[in-house]
Amino acid sequence: MLRDITLGQYYQTESVLHKMDCRVKLVGTLAFIISLFVVNNVWGYLLAAAFLALCIFLSKVPFRFMVKGMKSIVFLMLFAVVFNLFLTPGTPVISFWKLRITDAGIRMAAQMAVRLVMLIIGSSLMTLTTTPNHLTDGMESLLKPLKKIKVPVHEVAMMMSIALRFIPILLEETDKIMKAQIARGADFESGNVIQKAKAMVPLLVPLFIAAFRRANDLAMAMEARCYRGGEGRTKMKPLIYQKNDYAAYGVLVVYLAAAIVVGRILPL
Amino acid sequence: MKIIETNHLSYDYIRHDEEGNVEGVTRAVSDVSLSVKPGDFIAILGHNGSGKSTLAKHINALLLPTEGSIIVDGKDTRQEENIWNVRQSAGMVFQNPDNQIIGQVVEEDVGFGPENMGVPTKEIWERVEESLKAVGMYAYRKHSPNKLSGGQKQRVSIAGVLAMHPKCIVLDEPTAMLDPNGRKDVIRAARALNDVEGVTVILITHYMEEVIFADRVFVMDEGKVVMEGTPREVFSQVERLKKLRLDVPQVTLLAYELKKSGLPLPDGILTADELTEELKKCL
Repeated sequence: MLRDITLGQYYQTESVLHKMDCRVKLVGTLAFIISLFVVNNVWGYLLAAAFLALCIFLSKVPFRFMVKGMKSIVFLMLFAVVFNLFLTPGTPVISFWKLRITDAGIRMAAQMAVRLVMLIIGSSLMTLTTTPNHLTDGMESLLKPLKKIKVPVHEVAMMMSIALRFIPILLEETDKIMKAQIARGADFESGNVIQKAKAMVPLLVPLFIAAFRRANDLAMAMEARCYRGGEGRTKMKPLIYQKNDYAAYGVLVVYLAAAIVVGRILPL
Repeated sequence: MKIIETNHLSYDYIRHDEEGNVEGVTRAVSDVSLSVKPGDFIAILGHNGSGKSTLAKHINALLLPTEGSIIVDGKDTRQEENIWNVRQSAGMVFQNPDNQIIGQVVEEDVGFGPENMGVPTKEIWERVEESLKAVGMYAYRKHSPNKLSGGQKQRVSIAGVLAMHPKCIVLDEPTAMLDPNGRKDVIRAARALNDVEGVTVILITHYMEEVIFADRVFVMDEGKVVMEGTPREVFSQVERLKKLRLDVPQVTLLAYELKKSGLPLPDGILTADELTEELKKCL
């Protein structure tokens, strides 16, 4: 059922990572991604893999959930690998017809594949252990300094959370409109891609109208409940760092330093 | 001291054409003067387009009068600096339950109003708990609003308004999109607020059965208040209500028809029990 749709891919369980402050997780993911691109040798990747494995273990999320995210980027990965493999200049290892595979190419391709896989697993780990709600909260809090240069951080976060709330409702509405049109003979199933896309147009018009109407109602309801932007607002669930979160920051710093030292300075 | 007082209030909807020129003016509310005592349960009746929702939006300062004035809890809504105080003392629940829930978890939605008012975190939690308990939705505090029924969603909306500690709640056709069970629950919650918490309730509806226990009933037609009184006074005028395209409660209608065919029944019978009592007297 559309009602039960889960947004993002949050995996409900109790773990250290689930309880961790979302800001730590956001910063941590960023640090991990940086480390992946700083590191330049096998030892560095081994260290990153070990760190990732530790996090996966701590998260108690079954590994297959992380692999799920991989399916969507298989194409992208294939592209990156193939391009790196054939187009990197260097000493040729194998060559046939106009194609040449160089030693540097193999190295680059392997590096790219490893980076992408770990990047995807690392960021899925964050979305698997953090609800979309917390993610928007965390982003709002982390991006707060941008307010000084007039970036509407609160407004963007509010829009994101409203979007999250309304996606299931709009999906349900789409379903309703679709059924109503099918009942009157509309055909969404047959034909090629272009015909199918064309069949969607009469669906989009009522959907957009309904969405605007909802937006109007919602704005009024928010105003009626004294909403007037982020100024002077208090939080029902404020983000407060716990002891564990500081410890996690400590671990992150150590990891990043180690990754730079190991990944940049050691040979290979 | 009145909680709401309107003084010759009128409101015009102005239609514009594509260039922004005035195309036409519709007077939605016209010369309404009424006052509401604190602690009352008020019902406003009227068929579609009678101006009752437009009037309701004035109580919350969502609309400002074109002519005349409205004083809510001693504050004139036309003054800019009063708007947020007015909205806090007169909360509003709308018709469509989906379009007024902002939070993704029930308790977060109830906390939205207090958050906007700048209430300290600890007090928000106390208010959320007490409001959810008042409408009987405390058990659902961790649920997603998408998984609740219409009646439950409306009760969450009521709790959301209640958490702002208003003196008055305006319910603008809160039951129009609900099934009979949900309707009953919502009305029960509204009555409990009125009885237990002493909140002034203004219920706008076109279901007559919902208002037989109201303290006062206003009937609107074409933007004007055309009838006013206790439910008994209003519902005893069956012919007049029919002319206004409103139905009287079934029991009242039955009593009216019986009386017309010769039984000595009094006017304005509202409940089945009353009717049985009166019928027993006839035997």
